[in-house]
Amino acid sequence: MNIYVLMKSTFDTEEKIVVENNKIVDDDAEFIINPYDEYAVEEAIKQKDNHGGKVTVVTVGNQESEKQLRTALAMGADEAVFINTEDDLENGDQYTTVRILEAFFDGKDFDLILAGNVAIDEASGQVGPRLADKLEIAYVTTVTKLDIKDKNVSIEKDVEGDIEKVESSLPLLITCQQGLNEPRYPSLPGIMKAKKKPLEELEIDDLDLDEDDVEQKTKTIEIFLPPERQSGKVLEGEMDNQVKELVSLLKKSAKVL
Amino acid sequence: MSKKVLVIGEARDNKLRNVTFEAIAAAKSVSQGGEVIGVICHYQDATELAKEMIFYGADRVQMIENENMKTYTSDVFAQAILQTVEEESPEAIIMGHSSIGKDLTPKLASKLDSGLISDVVEIDYNGENVIFTRPIYSGKAFEKKIITNGIMFATIRPNNISPLERDTSRSGEISKREVELSDLRTVIKEVIRKTKEGIDLSEAKVIIAGGRGVKSKEGFEPLYKLAEVLGGAVGASRGACDADYCDYSLQIGQTGKVVTPDLYIACGISGAIQHLAGMSNSKVIVAINKDPEANIFQIADYGIVGDLFDVIPILIEEIERVKVGV
Repeated sequence: MNIYVLMKSTFDTEEKIVVENNKIVDDDAEFIINPYDEYAVEEAIKQKDNHGGKVTVVTVGNQESEKQLRTALAMGADEAVFINTEDDLENGDQYTTVRILEAFFDGKDFDLILAGNVAIDEASGQVGPRLADKLEIAYVTTVTKLDIKDKNVSIEKDVEGDIEKVESSLPLLITCQQGLNEPRYPSLPGIMKAKKKPLEELEIDDLDLDEDDVEQKTKTIEIFLPPERQSGKVLEGEMDNQVKELVSLLKKSAKVL
Repeated sequence: MSKKVLVIGEARDNKLRNVTFEAIAAAKSVSQGGEVIGVICHYQDATELAKEMIFYGADRVQMIENENMKTYTSDVFAQAILQTVEEESPEAIIMGHSSIGKDLTPKLASKLDSGLISDVVEIDYNGENVIFTRPIYSGKAFEKKIITNGIMFATIRPNNISPLERDTSRSGEISKREVELSDLRTVIKEVIRKTKEGIDLSEAKVIIAGGRGVKSKEGFEPLYKLAEVLGGAVGASRGACDADYCDYSLQIGQTGKVVTPDLYIACGISGAIQHLAGMSNSKVIVAINKDPEANIFQIADYGIVGDLFDVIPILIEEIERVKVGV
């Protein structure tokens, strides 16, 4: 089975966000594999272990992303493709990313494409479904269970807490939701092996695209931080009285009861 | 400049979701005096739903009925709605950023070769430009975006844009369209309801969230009781989910859901940065925690230092007392 994983590097969830000149400062930030994409990498490796085949991880990103691709290789992916847009694109949106991926997949043989349900930075959740549409394959989002038998795929999907049981068939794109699996840590031998695994670097020119082909449809005009929340009032006294005070505060000043 | 705006409505249990009314209000604002057209896909007669959309501000509504629409699939809904889009050529499309909205709108945007600004919490204007504000990094920051090319397409986050007043004197044309469907590649075999009737976490006005301090699955019981009294939903921190006290679908935070209810009551939650990212834009935050040093008190409007198992029963009693006005 030919399995592809769409992966993105994101800020570590511990990171505080700093904004300067309308841009997020990322100089000293720690980067990780987007947590939802980690489920996708893990699932790809598991499916390969069951059905044989090859796992290729693909990232559209800047120089920072290479490290996370190596991590995915260390987890057990076979190959990595790094589409580096750092020199060619100043801006882009989901339309841009999907145009690039569409060109990458052109002429490729694939059975299953996995992606995270959402990236924890921009959180649009658009790239997976948009790409499936361009590749003219079906997709299922927020998947928590995946069983493949020959070409038939049985899926459990999280829908706002309920579970939908879905039947579909390969080729298919799925986006992964928490609960699907427990991503493994790269082992030491895995890390050693990853250094020798193929990591191909491409630029959009290699995909016969130029800047105009991938021009974004949306534009960010401002980035700002929410006002900092002030710590409020810690109540005191007998517990019964504290609760009474709380309820009356919620009723009067906060107007939520 | 006035615009023709399409609103994609969404029903659950034969009732329109609140976020649909919010989407109509957003569409009305984007239309700047133009026309707001509702579209609703349903498996049976949708006239009552269409009327509701008009009461909440739609000028007219197109109903698409098909027996394949009992449960949503992107294949079916996208085909149906694209036909409406082709027929009406709207200049903007608005939908709720719900489970269905998240799944459907990227496909529609791809078909229309358009941009899509998802999870919008505020809409404002700068001359001709419509500016959409949305959270990034799970609410640690926000960005303002505009559509630079093509149709204006956005999904709106529940609970952020107020619906218009329901006005039963409003009327408008309700039309019905048959739809031809082909190439259905995904089939929903079964839906297992795990959530309690009605309130979804992302739409809830009140959320009672539990953390490691809840200590067990059973420990969530008082939280559910409190949620019931307040008409809210129950959520959890990653700690509680990882410890298997509850399902991952309840998780609030940087992984998990980002919520903005009117009232958020954090019970036994220490307040890790990842959790705060998911809830700190709530309007009023209450923290109940044994540890007076817990981080959650730094951002809470009101805090009670105490054992949640002592505090919550008293709180339930007091709220019930206030509600009946004794």
